Amino acid sequence: MATITPPRVSAAGGEAGRALLAIVPLLATLAALYWGFFYLRDLQSPDAATPPPQILVVLLAIVWGVGGMALLFTTANFFVEQLPPAIMQRLQPLIFVGPAILMLVWALALPTVRTFLLSLYDEGSLNFVGLRNYFGVFTDPAMLTVFRNNLLWMIFGTAFTVSLGLLIAVLADRSRFETLAKALIFMPMAISFVGAGVIWNFMYAVKPADAPQIGLLNSIAVAFGGQPQAWTAFFTPWNNFFLIIIVIWLQTGYSMVLFSAAIKGISTEVLEAARVDGATELQVFFQVMIPMILGTIITVSTTIIIFTLKIFDVVIVMTGGQYDTSVIATEFYRQYFTYNNNGYGSAIAIVLFIAVIPVMAYNLRQFAQREVF
Amino acid sequence: MYADKPLNKFLGSLTVNGGLALICLLWTIPTIGLLISSFRDRIDINTTGWWTVFPHQDWVAIEQIKPGPEVDRSGPMTLAGVTRTFEEFSQGITTDDGRRLKWIGNRRVGYLEVQEYRWTSNTQTTLENYRQVLAGDDYTATLKDGSTVTERGDNMGRAFLNSLAVAIPSTVIPISLAAFAAYGFAWMKFPARKMLFALVVALLVVPLQIALVPILRDYVSLELNGTFLAVWLAHTGFGLPLATYLLYNYISELPRDILESAFIDGASHFTIFTRLILPLSVPALASFAIFQFLWVWNDYLVALIFIGASPTSQLLTQRLAEIVGSRGQDWHLLTAGAFITMILPLIVFFSLQRFFVRGMLAGSVKG
Repeated sequence: MATITPPRVSAAGGEAGRALLAIVPLLATLAALYWGFFYLRDLQSPDAATPPPQILVVLLAIVWGVGGMALLFTTANFFVEQLPPAIMQRLQPLIFVGPAILMLVWALALPTVRTFLLSLYDEGSLNFVGLRNYFGVFTDPAMLTVFRNNLLWMIFGTAFTVSLGLLIAVLADRSRFETLAKALIFMPMAISFVGAGVIWNFMYAVKPADAPQIGLLNSIAVAFGGQPQAWTAFFTPWNNFFLIIIVIWLQTGYSMVLFSAAIKGISTEVLEAARVDGATELQVFFQVMIPMILGTIITVSTTIIIFTLKIFDVVIVMTGGQYDTSVIATEFYRQYFTYNNNGYGSAIAIVLFIAVIPVMAYNLRQFAQREVF
Repeated sequence: MYADKPLNKFLGSLTVNGGLALICLLWTIPTIGLLISSFRDRIDINTTGWWTVFPHQDWVAIEQIKPGPEVDRSGPMTLAGVTRTFEEFSQGITTDDGRRLKWIGNRRVGYLEVQEYRWTSNTQTTLENYRQVLAGDDYTATLKDGSTVTERGDNMGRAFLNSLAVAIPSTVIPISLAAFAAYGFAWMKFPARKMLFALVVALLVVPLQIALVPILRDYVSLELNGTFLAVWLAHTGFGLPLATYLLYNYISELPRDILESAFIDGASHFTIFTRLILPLSVPALASFAIFQFLWVWNDYLVALIFIGASPTSQLLTQRLAEIVGSRGQDWHLLTAGAFITMILPLIVFFSLQRFFVRGMLAGSVKG
């Protein structure tokens, strides 16, 4: 790690006065931001007497937020640079690193501790109950369904995302339409889960048996002589799989891109040597390629496992967690925000956290070894 | 054996390209179905599949016969030279010349349609769905039979602006904070530097679900809930570990001698950072900015909790989820609404594909 010490400037007279003057812009910025916040909040409030055009509010908000931050950094730094060099050198790192650390501690470090403490209290956060919420989480039959569902997500979501991504990467590598094909497969990564939920709700749409089907899946089912089905509703436990399909559709692009890069990294000589030795294409794939890209397979798998552990939006939009499709994150939301069961909800969040840690730690180790940008 | 080689090669390429084309088709069909449907009339969407816009064979009406009031509809009727009861006509009668006679509508005001089986396509399109979903006021739609319905517009136009107001600062603020911090960690000397950086890396594993409740409590006591600032700060906090970590990796790898010569010229840390480091880091900044922007734009959970039900501040994903919840069968609104939420990400995707892919890969470990 390299650090650089700026050359010392000889201390000049009147430093105290300069510093005193330099604090004025900083204080003015703080005051302006403070005032701007209340001004904006009144504009945004739904009971404003004469609501201004929304585009104006939005522009003001963006200018206030982005400009305010830039101004704060600039004026704070200006103030520090006017201080005597010895003090400046102590304070300047605080301006560079301080805001990020402050935000991290407030938004992530402290909340982890606070949520853990909440999980030790009852629903109203008044009485200490020890680990009772955790016993509840692991014995409640509804929670057991939730854990089963997350397990289904983890196993099938990961297996299909990885194998489909690998298959497409291999096919695309040999095709002349590689760029186009990869773009089409990757495109769903741009779509929100709520949007994807609507897309697939429409694919799964169901009409009464005597009406024409407008959902593609039911229309195919009827064309082959089947009965129209509400795929994501009363079709337990298979409805979970129809939700998992959505995430496979969204995430395969990610695994495909990583696999594609890994496959291109294998030297063609190795593959040619195997072929000359009489290996069939399947043997080349399973016995040469797969071992050589094992690292990437592990990276992709762990990423998708974390992703499926934390899955929320797709389930909440498609079924709201009904029909036995609830997962940890939706159950947390329901317990905490629908039933106001603070202790139990927090315990579920902590369980999710603990489930994620080992996979995430492993994933980060892999991630650190990889060139990202 | 050698004679087979060109054939084998051809078959191999056919399998590869055919298989790939099939997968690509499967992958794009859901989106195409949505896009096509969003331009179809509300009645059409609900009565025929979106794939009927493509040429296909079906019964097409070529003539309507409206029997006069004198025709007794409770007994056999003679229409178009065929005598049948109402029930039989309702089932559809196939005549000898290959036509079909079908009663449309109810017994009293219905009519008989003479249909022919031939190639057809439902190509009628409309922009009404978009108008209604974007509008904020009451919206009056004219149905096919001439009657009108007045429904509340879904105000997605406003939600689109709100999403911009949330997504732009929620991208710029965390990246700026992270860039400053990354520079500090890489090129400044201060106590506990290693420990603080370890904290940043450790916080990468924290899923944001765990932080929602405590932050919400702070917002409630500070009366920040429902404001844009609340969402910016939350996204800043949640995005910072990854942003700091990635930018640190990039900034600490920049060549050391460039910075040293700048210091010798008397430049301050702040000048070096804004004039030298930021321009040099544009590829990393752009990739991460695209990831963070799309993440915030597509986010539903954070908006749901910190903006909540406030009708003036709701974001696109919230509006769309609300239509799903309250009017899940109004496909004309859902398809158009979903496409409105997708349009900006899709533009970013197709215009900045290289940065987009890099950003998505880098962001894949986000908590």
